[in-house]
Amino acid sequence: MRYLPLTEADRREMLARIGVPDVDALFRDVPESARLKAPIAGLPMHQGELEVERHLSRLAAKNVTAGSVPFFIGAGAYKHHVPASVDQLLLRGEFLTSYTPYQPEVAQGTLQYLFEFQTQVALVTGMEVANASMYDGATATAEAVLMANRITKRNKAILSGGLHPHYRSVTETTCGVMGMEIVAAEPDPMDLEDLAGRIDDRTACVVVQTPSLFGHVRDFTSLCEAAHAKGALVIVAVTEIVSLGLLTPPGEMGADIVVAEGQSIGNALNFGGPYVGLFATREKFVRQMPGRLCGQTVDADGKRGFVLTLSTREQHIRREKATSNICTNSGLCALAFTIHMSLLGEAGYTKLARINHANAVVLAEKLAGVAGVEVLNEGFFNEFTVKLPKPAAGIVEALAAKGVLAGVPVSRFYPDVAGVENLLLVAATETNTVGDMDELVRALEEVL
Amino acid sequence: MNSQGRDTKPHDVAVLEDVKTFTGNKALQLEEALIFELDNHGVSGVDLPEPATGSLRLGKVKARKGIGLPHLSEPEVVRHFTRLSQKNFGIDSTMYPLGSCTMKHNPRLNEKMARLPGFSDVHPLQPVSTVQGALELIDQLAHWLKTLTGMPAVAMSPAAGAHGELCGLMAIRAALHARGEGHRTRVLVPESAHGTNPATAAFCGFTVDSIPAEENGRVSVEAVKAKLGPDVACIMLTNPNTCGLFEPQVKEIADAVHAAGGYFYCDGANYNAIVGRVRPADLGVDAMHINLHKTFSTPHGGGGPGSGPVVLSDALAPFAPMPFVVHGKDGFDLVEHAAGTDTQPFGRMKGFHGQMGMFVRALAYIMSHGADGLRQVASDAVLNANYIKESLKDTMSVSFDGPCMHEALFDDRFLKGSGVTPLDFAKAMIDEGFHPMTMYFPLVVHGALLVEPTETESKATLDQFIATLRHLAERAKAGDAAYFQAAPRLTPRRRLDETAAARKPILRWTRPAGTAQAQAAE
Repeated sequence: MRYLPLTEADRREMLARIGVPDVDALFRDVPESARLKAPIAGLPMHQGELEVERHLSRLAAKNVTAGSVPFFIGAGAYKHHVPASVDQLLLRGEFLTSYTPYQPEVAQGTLQYLFEFQTQVALVTGMEVANASMYDGATATAEAVLMANRITKRNKAILSGGLHPHYRSVTETTCGVMGMEIVAAEPDPMDLEDLAGRIDDRTACVVVQTPSLFGHVRDFTSLCEAAHAKGALVIVAVTEIVSLGLLTPPGEMGADIVVAEGQSIGNALNFGGPYVGLFATREKFVRQMPGRLCGQTVDADGKRGFVLTLSTREQHIRREKATSNICTNSGLCALAFTIHMSLLGEAGYTKLARINHANAVVLAEKLAGVAGVEVLNEGFFNEFTVKLPKPAAGIVEALAAKGVLAGVPVSRFYPDVAGVENLLLVAATETNTVGDMDELVRALEEVL
Repeated sequence: MNSQGRDTKPHDVAVLEDVKTFTGNKALQLEEALIFELDNHGVSGVDLPEPATGSLRLGKVKARKGIGLPHLSEPEVVRHFTRLSQKNFGIDSTMYPLGSCTMKHNPRLNEKMARLPGFSDVHPLQPVSTVQGALELIDQLAHWLKTLTGMPAVAMSPAAGAHGELCGLMAIRAALHARGEGHRTRVLVPESAHGTNPATAAFCGFTVDSIPAEENGRVSVEAVKAKLGPDVACIMLTNPNTCGLFEPQVKEIADAVHAAGGYFYCDGANYNAIVGRVRPADLGVDAMHINLHKTFSTPHGGGGPGSGPVVLSDALAPFAPMPFVVHGKDGFDLVEHAAGTDTQPFGRMKGFHGQMGMFVRALAYIMSHGADGLRQVASDAVLNANYIKESLKDTMSVSFDGPCMHEALFDDRFLKGSGVTPLDFAKAMIDEGFHPMTMYFPLVVHGALLVEPTETESKATLDQFIATLRHLAERAKAGDAAYFQAAPRLTPRRRLDETAAARKPILRWTRPAGTAQAQAAE
């Protein structure tokens, strides 16, 4: 038990100082009948580093990794290349093993990167202020809807049919419990929905996504104008943050809150988590913003420094009146984002976005050339929807058997919705080569 | 004398705070500008190829112009973040005796395993046939959590402890509605609870009814019974509680709540005090979240990410959120929709399937300890806390008599009349190389100082910690208040003005007015 430093002699000496015969005496407040006398049955005993490594490596080897095959899966999580320095810096113990920066004098490193992260997120989304991260994009969306409820004192939220189904589901779960009325539009593969027409005087917010689940890139300027005219807010969700290196940001379209999944910058796929939720808004709403915030201040010598701030909104001050129950953020994932974004810089970030889009354009052209395959999108970023002549779920399985991971069948999200069986979401990033794309096309022609 | 025979005795014994340098740097303690102020226009820290095509397919959306991000080369970025790291304490550098936060050793094996491409480079929406190892890992971790707690089910997806609380209360809410008892809207929360407990209950649409603590820091079954009624949904009890004490009447409390038709939510933040020695199921628990980062050591990372699976009783299991892993006919399967199952999930907590990277770390930690080692974890955590309490009881003021669990609660009575506040005392600890303990929490005692050493501190470290606190306590009592009020002296920044930060928040960097770029951006 290599992680436990006490020796038997230490333990004896310490028990003597405490004045008890054995450690069991320290558990005397536990009801006698609930005290276990021996290690819990049915579980293995401790193992050495080699054994643990061997076991977990065997489990890992049972998975097909994204980097080992032609890979085109997106739908809210994206395979990007992360520079080696990101992880090396992340592993520095002073970052990795530090605590929430409640003692700012010994946490200026964490606080400064959170301040830099907030600035980067505000710049990228085109908003005025951002918080120091949320759990992920889906929970950030639900928190944004609750925030719109607090600001407008209205109870209804309208969700776009292009919103990621997990974001929709988390919002329905969380905000539904809070008594909000959630109106979700039908899945919208062709991007034809009219959300502005559904806004009424009970509407707190409209939640839209760009690029949408189906890959459509969208201009929300007129939607924002229509919403504001009726006293409602517009929340824009972004599941692929690399897209904002190329597209007009939601802030410039008039969005009131922008939420996003930050995984694409600095963070691996990790089978879905941990990820990092981005959350940005207008300065006038800052005191209604959930989550942790880092602010600039001065120290006793007048030097610039950073602290966590506006914690009066938080659970440890206001308890049952708290803005949300969030107690943690995604600090380390936010650091990965900040480092990767710093490495990219403006030139790298915009170029990365261009490469992603260019690869997707090439892929869309290649797939459109396959007999019976139709690309549904006019405009897209790095992901689009194709209509296949057969149900997509079976095609994806058949392609996986050929060593190609092709995309996400829309039916995986909507098993009960008719008319989406043949739709497949396909993503390309900078990690895809022309060879990968040709292999997808070849394999697809074989299985269709 | 050094190896060249020269005198190495310092001639000037001025303390670090008095030394003024030209740069503001102090040898290894380096000043660092914001990344935006280091902008080295035109360079990039990554080399990317040219895009495959110049043509855009953006429909009606315009390409954006100008973001305002800085440009830096790779060495500049590496140096920037390395320097920032040097301004942090971490558990790798020093003891963090943070009560209620459990800062224990973070083994690098966990990190190495989480970075295996078979876990890190796997997409959550791959066909299940290609992620059998990931699903098996979730299943194995779930098995450990269920067996250790004695509970029949576990919801794996909550992203943090507080998120787990929300999950537990949503399951309780769903179960009550399924029973046709949606009128049960009152939640009993002892005042010694974590601040997240009442926030979670309120967040979930319940009203919060506070239960005061007894003189001895515990909740009594009589106090609970007095609050019970047909509108009570559940009690949220932290056990061991935030005073570092085990609730001796926990079973009676659970029985009373159950008899009144309510559920027992246990805040499992302090589970590492009892892991392997007590099964929460044997105490009558219906739901309990487990902070994997606390009990099973996934790194705190400066404030997250966490992971908060929730174990559930038979009564609550059918209402657990989507998704979950099951044993299918061709291996493991992932259930993402309720249709065709016998469950009534209350919904979904987060995107995809939970904090997989945290699951890998937790399982590596759990396997390294085994059933025997985890029992020892609780024993040593409790032993260390009691050792500190007993060693300091004559110098500092211990709040409650009798054995504590994995954390020892002191209060500020020993500082009375000294002019030194708990905050001053904590800041003086920083100069001595220790992270402060948790202060002003729990709220049950005045000027709380909550010390949690964890099981991964050696006796030598504990002895040094005890000697340091003893020295500081005696110095405070001796009337040296000015020393404490000026602490910390040796940190990169001295005490920071938090009031000013909150009054007029500056939450982002903005380019100083009048600079060329600022004008160009206008």
